[in-house]
Amino acid sequence: MSVPVLEMKAISKSFYGNQVLNNINLTVNKGEIHCLVGENGAGKSTLMNILFGMSVITDTGGYDGDILINGSSVAFNSPKAAIEAGIGMVHQEFMLLPGFTVTENIKLNREDTKPNVFSRVLGRKMETLNRKKMASDARNALDKLGMSIDEWVPVAGLPVGYLQFVEIAREIDKENLQLLVLDEPTAVLTESEAEQFLTVVQRLADSGISILFITHRLDEVMAVANQITILKDGELVRSGRTGEFTIAQMAELMVGRKVETSGRISSEKREKANTKVLEVRDLAVDMPGERLRGIDLDVYEGEILGIGGLAGHGKIALANGVMGLYTSRGQVRYQGIDVPLNNPREALNLGLAFVSEDRRGVGLVLEDSIANNIVLTSMQTQEKFLKPGPLKLKDQKQITAHALESIERFDIRCTGPEQIVRRLSGGNQQKVCIARAFTQNPKLLFVSEPTRGIDVGAKSRVLELIVELNRMGVTVVITSSELAELRSISDRIAIIYEGKLSGILAPDAPDVEYGLLMAGKSLEEVGIGERQTN
Amino acid sequence: MKDRLIKIYHGFGLPRLIISVFLLALIIVAAGTDLSVPGLLSDSLVRIGQNGIYVLAMIPSIQAGAGLNFGLPVGVIAGMVGVLVSMENSLIGFGGFLVALLVAIPLGTIAGYLYSLLLNRVAGQEMMVGTYVGFSVVAGMCIFWLMAPFSNPALIWPVGGQGLRVTLTLADTFGGTLNNFLAFQIFGLTVPTGLLLFYALLAFLLWLFLRSKPGVAMEVVGRNPRFAVASGLNINSYRSVGIVLSTVLAAIGYVVYAQSFGFAQLYNGPLMTAFPAVAAVLIGGASTREAKVVNAIIGVILFQTLLTVAMPVTNQLVEGNISEIARVIVSNGMILYALTRVTGGEQA
Amino acid sequence: MSHVKKFVARNAVPILFAIVCLLGVYYAKMPGQFLFMEIVKRMARNSFLVLSLIIPVVAGMGLNFGIVLGALAGQIALILSTHWEWAGIGGLALTALLATPMAVVFGMLAGTVLNKAKGREMITSMVMGFFANGIYQFVFLFLVGTVIPFENEALRISTSPGLRNTVNLSRIRGALDNIWTIQYGFTKIPIVTFLIIALLAIAIWAFFKTKLGQDFRAVGQDRHIAGVAGIQTDRNRVLAIVFSTVLAAWGQIIFLQNIGTLNTYNSHEQVGTFAIAALLIGGASVTRATIGQALMGTFLFHLLFVVSPSAGQAIFGSAQVGEYFRVFVAYGIIAISLALHAWRSKSLVKASMEEDVSA
Repeated sequence: MSVPVLEMKAISKSFYGNQVLNNINLTVNKGEIHCLVGENGAGKSTLMNILFGMSVITDTGGYDGDILINGSSVAFNSPKAAIEAGIGMVHQEFMLLPGFTVTENIKLNREDTKPNVFSRVLGRKMETLNRKKMASDARNALDKLGMSIDEWVPVAGLPVGYLQFVEIAREIDKENLQLLVLDEPTAVLTESEAEQFLTVVQRLADSGISILFITHRLDEVMAVANQITILKDGELVRSGRTGEFTIAQMAELMVGRKVETSGRISSEKREKANTKVLEVRDLAVDMPGERLRGIDLDVYEGEILGIGGLAGHGKIALANGVMGLYTSRGQVRYQGIDVPLNNPREALNLGLAFVSEDRRGVGLVLEDSIANNIVLTSMQTQEKFLKPGPLKLKDQKQITAHALESIERFDIRCTGPEQIVRRLSGGNQQKVCIARAFTQNPKLLFVSEPTRGIDVGAKSRVLELIVELNRMGVTVVITSSELAELRSISDRIAIIYEGKLSGILAPDAPDVEYGLLMAGKSLEEVGIGERQTN
Repeated sequence: MKDRLIKIYHGFGLPRLIISVFLLALIIVAAGTDLSVPGLLSDSLVRIGQNGIYVLAMIPSIQAGAGLNFGLPVGVIAGMVGVLVSMENSLIGFGGFLVALLVAIPLGTIAGYLYSLLLNRVAGQEMMVGTYVGFSVVAGMCIFWLMAPFSNPALIWPVGGQGLRVTLTLADTFGGTLNNFLAFQIFGLTVPTGLLLFYALLAFLLWLFLRSKPGVAMEVVGRNPRFAVASGLNINSYRSVGIVLSTVLAAIGYVVYAQSFGFAQLYNGPLMTAFPAVAAVLIGGASTREAKVVNAIIGVILFQTLLTVAMPVTNQLVEGNISEIARVIVSNGMILYALTRVTGGEQA
Repeated sequence: MSHVKKFVARNAVPILFAIVCLLGVYYAKMPGQFLFMEIVKRMARNSFLVLSLIIPVVAGMGLNFGIVLGALAGQIALILSTHWEWAGIGGLALTALLATPMAVVFGMLAGTVLNKAKGREMITSMVMGFFANGIYQFVFLFLVGTVIPFENEALRISTSPGLRNTVNLSRIRGALDNIWTIQYGFTKIPIVTFLIIALLAIAIWAFFKTKLGQDFRAVGQDRHIAGVAGIQTDRNRVLAIVFSTVLAAWGQIIFLQNIGTLNTYNSHEQVGTFAIAALLIGGASVTRATIGQALMGTFLFHLLFVVSPSAGQAIFGSAQVGEYFRVFVAYGIIAISLALHAWRSKSLVKASMEEDVSA
C-alpha cells in the first residue's frame, strides 16, 4: 500500500470556545475519490479551510492535529502554501473573471511570459505574455477533461454548467497537482451536466489525481466514491469504503439525534385541528440559492408545523415567498382569503408575521435601539405607538413602556430599551426579533432558523417562547436546519428536497425516514413504507 | 476619571476636537489683536443663519439612504428662480421674501421629485451622480439666465436688453428683511433675530418630521432597506421623500441666503454650494450614512464661526484673502476624512 | 445588417456627438482652414492627458478625477524651471524629469487614500483634486514669498505674497511643438508632439500585453477573485494611479508648452473635467476605456468646443450661449455616464443572482 496522498489526523478546531471540529481523521489515497458527506454546519467547510490554510483559521488560533502530505507533516498558513504543496480547490462560489477568456482564467496569475527589453530593466512583471503557450496549455487541460469549448472564448458567454469545468481545468493545469478538493460542485448543475461532471471526475482520478469531493447528493456518492466519510456536528460519524454503505444508512447517520436537545419540549400529542389556516398551492419562489419549484402544503390552525431539509433545497424560501420578500408564483390562501404574492405589506396586513433567518440583514435595524426595533413594524403597518392627531408623531412613552415590558417578558439581557441592538448577543438579538413579531399580534407566525448562531442556554429559551406563543393561539410554521429542534416542538414536519415537498413525518418517526426524505429518496423506494402527504 | 475622558473623546470625535480647539485658539488670538470679538461673533451669527438651512438639507438625504446631497444646486436653483420672480416684480420687504418662498418651494418639490427618480435608479453612486447632475443643472441654467424672459431693468444687462446680469443686489427689494426682523444689540453683539428664528423653526420642523410615522419610515429605509421591505415599506417612495425634502430645504435655504447676503450670484455662483454644507454636517458628527439634526446645528456653528473668525485673524498675519482657500481646504479635507472611514458593515 | 446595428449600439455616444458636432460646424460657418488649425492644435496639446486616464479605468479605479494632482506636479516643475531659466527642448525634458518624482509621490498618496475608500473611488478622487488644489493655492498664493523665500521678478511681485497670476513660459514655449513642423495651409502641424502621443498610445497598448498589465486587468474586473488568485490588489491599484498621475504631469507640461503661459491659479482647474468628458464622449465608460475612444473623444470634444461659440451666435444670437453650452455638455456627459454605470452595476448584480438560480 503506497503512502496516502493526504492524511488528516485528530483534527480539532474551536472558534472562541465553540467546538466545531472534534478529533477528525481523514485519509485520501492516490488516485481515489473520497466523498465527504454531512449537513451544513457539520464542519466540512471548516475542515477544508484548515487544509487550505485559509486566514479564517490562521487568524483565530489555528487548529489541533496533524496534516500529512505524502507522509510528510505540513502546516499551511496560506492558500499559496497549500497550492504549492499540490492541493487545488474549486470553491462553491465561482472564482472566474467574466471579462477574461477561458485561457486567461485558467492561467490567472500563473501566466507564461517572455522577457523583453523593459523587463530586463524594470523587472519580471513587465515581461510579455506568451499567449501561444498559454493557449496550448489551456487546450491541454480542457482536453484532459474532455471539454470541447474553445479556449479563447470569454467566460462571460459560457453557460453556467461549463464554468465548473473551467475552474477544474485551472487546477489541473497546475503541474504539481496531487489532490483536488471539490466543494459542492454539482449544486448548480442540471442532472445531465452532473452526470458528465462525474465522468470527468472519474477520469481525473484514473489519471492519478486524488479527489476530495464534498456533496449532499447521496446518489453521486454511491456512483463515484471509493471512500466515504460522514461528519455530523463536528464529529466523525463513520468512515469506510463505499461497499460498506447504503444510501439509507448514510441518510440516517447524517441526521442522527443530537445529545443536547433530546427531549421534547412539548410532550402532549395534540389532535390536529380540522381547519386549514393556510393553503399553499404550487408555490415557486425565486430565492437565490434556495429555490422552490412548486410545492403544495396545508397548515392547520393552532399547530406547529416544522419545515426541514438540507441547505439550499428551498425550505427557507417558503416563508420568504409567502411574506413577499422574493419573487414568487403560485397560490396562497390564508383563512380562505387569497394572499397576493410579492407584496409584503398585504401579508403583514392579513395578520402574518415573520422572524427571518437573516437576523442581522432583514430582521433588525442594527444601528437602532431595542425599543425601536420592537415597535417599528407595528407602527408602520398597524398605526400603533403613535400619538393621536394628523402629524402622526411617535409616542415615545408608549414605546418605552412596551419595550420594557418586552424586555421583561422575553428576558432580553441588555442595558435598557435604548441600547443599540448591534451590541446584543445573538440570542438576545433573536429575542428582540421575536418580540417584534409578538408586538404585531399575528395569527400565523413564520420563524426561520430561530436558534442559529445562539449559544446553548439561549436556544431552549427561544424555543420555549415559540411554544408559549403557540399555546396562546398563534399558528407557527418553523423552518430549521436542525432537525432535532424541529422534532422537539413540532406537531408535524415537512421535508423539502430540491425545491419540492419530499414528504411529511411525525416528530417521532425513525431517523432513517428523515434521512431518506432529506436525501430525496421516497420511503417506498427504499421499501420502508407509505409516504404521508398530510 | 481617565475612562470618562476617553469616552468623551470618542463620543466627540477627533476632527471636532481639533476644530473646536483651533477655533478657541483663534478667538483668543483675535481678542489679543485690535479686532472686535463681538463684531466677529455677530458676523458668525449671520453666517450661521445664512448657511444653516443648507446644512439641514443634508439630513433627510442621508437618513433616507441617499448619502450626502452633493446635488444641492438642484434645490438652490429652484430657490434662485423664486428670488428672481420676486425681484422681477420689484417686491419688497417681507412680501418679497414670502413670494420668493412661495415660488421656490413648489419648484423645489418638483425638481426634487425628478431628481429623486434619477437617484433611485443609481443606488450606491448617489453622491457622484448627484455632484455632476448638480454641475450640469448649474451649467444648463447659465443658458437659461441668458435667454430668460426677465425684463426688470434692475436685473438685466443694460446693453442688449436680454439676459440677466451676473450679480444682482437685493438692497432695494428684500435684502436683510429677515435678518433685521426683531434684531437687537447686546454687549456690542448684533443678533439677527429673524434669521436665527427662521432657522430654528426649520430645524424644529425637521426634527418633528423625523419623529413622525413617515419620518421614522424614511429612516428605516435608509438604515436597512431589506428590513424596510419586510416591514411593508416602499423603498423608492421614502427615498424620494427624503430627497424632495432635501431639495426643498435647499431652495428655502437659497432664498434665506440671498436675503441675508444681499446679493444674488447667478451663473456659476451656485456651482460649489454643496461642498461647505457637506463639510459642515460632517464636522458636526454626521457620517455618510447617519445624521441627526443636532449634527447639522453643531456643524454649521463650528464651521462658519471658524471661517468668520479665521479670516480677519489670518489677514493680520498673512496678507491677502485667505478665507476662500481656507474654506476649500477645510471643507474638502473634512469630506476626504469622512469618505475614507470604513463605517460598520461597509466593506465594499 | 445586424453588424451595423451592433456597431451603432456599441458606439452610440460618439456617433451622437459626431452628429451634434456636424450641426455645430454647419451653423458656425467657420472657415475650414481655421477649424483644421484649431483642431490640430488642440489634439496635440490635450491627447496625452486624455490617454493618461485609461490605465485607472482598466484597473478598476473608475474615472481618475485626481489627475489634477498630476497636473499640479507638472505646473510646479514648470514654475521651478522658469525660475531656473531652463530653455528649449532640453529644458522641457528636464522639467518633465523634475515633475516625475513629485508626480510619483502625489500618485502614491492618492492611491493610498483611494484604497481606503474602496467602492467610492471616483468621488474621493474628485474631492482629493479639490483639496490638492486648495493646498496648491495656499502654498503659491501665500507661503511663497513669505514663509518660503522666493525672489524672482518674473514670477512674483516683491510687495505682495505669492506668485503672479500669469507666468510667461517663453523659454520653453513650443519647445516640443516646433522641433519639426509640417506646414499645411495656415496650420503648422507639430509632428514630434504627435509622435510622442503615438508613442504613449503604443506604450499603453504594449503595457496591457505584459504580466503587470494583465494583473491590472484582473484587479479591475474583480478585486476579490484577483486577490484569491494571489495578485496584490492594493499595490496594483496604487501603481495604476501613480502611472496615471505621472502621465498627467507630462501631459500638463505638453499642454502648457503649447499655450505658452501659465495661469498659476487656474490652468489646471478644468483639467479633470474636460479630459474625462473627452474620454467619455469617445464612447468610454467607467469600466472600459480604449486608446481609440480616448483619441476619438478628444477630437469630438474639442471640435464641439471650438464651434460652440460661433454656432451659438448663429442659432441664438449669443456666443455666450455657445460657451455655456459646451460646459453643460462636459458636465452632462459625465453625469450620464456615471448614472449609466450605477444603473448597469445594479442590473448586473441582479442578473448574476438570477443566473445562480436558473441553473
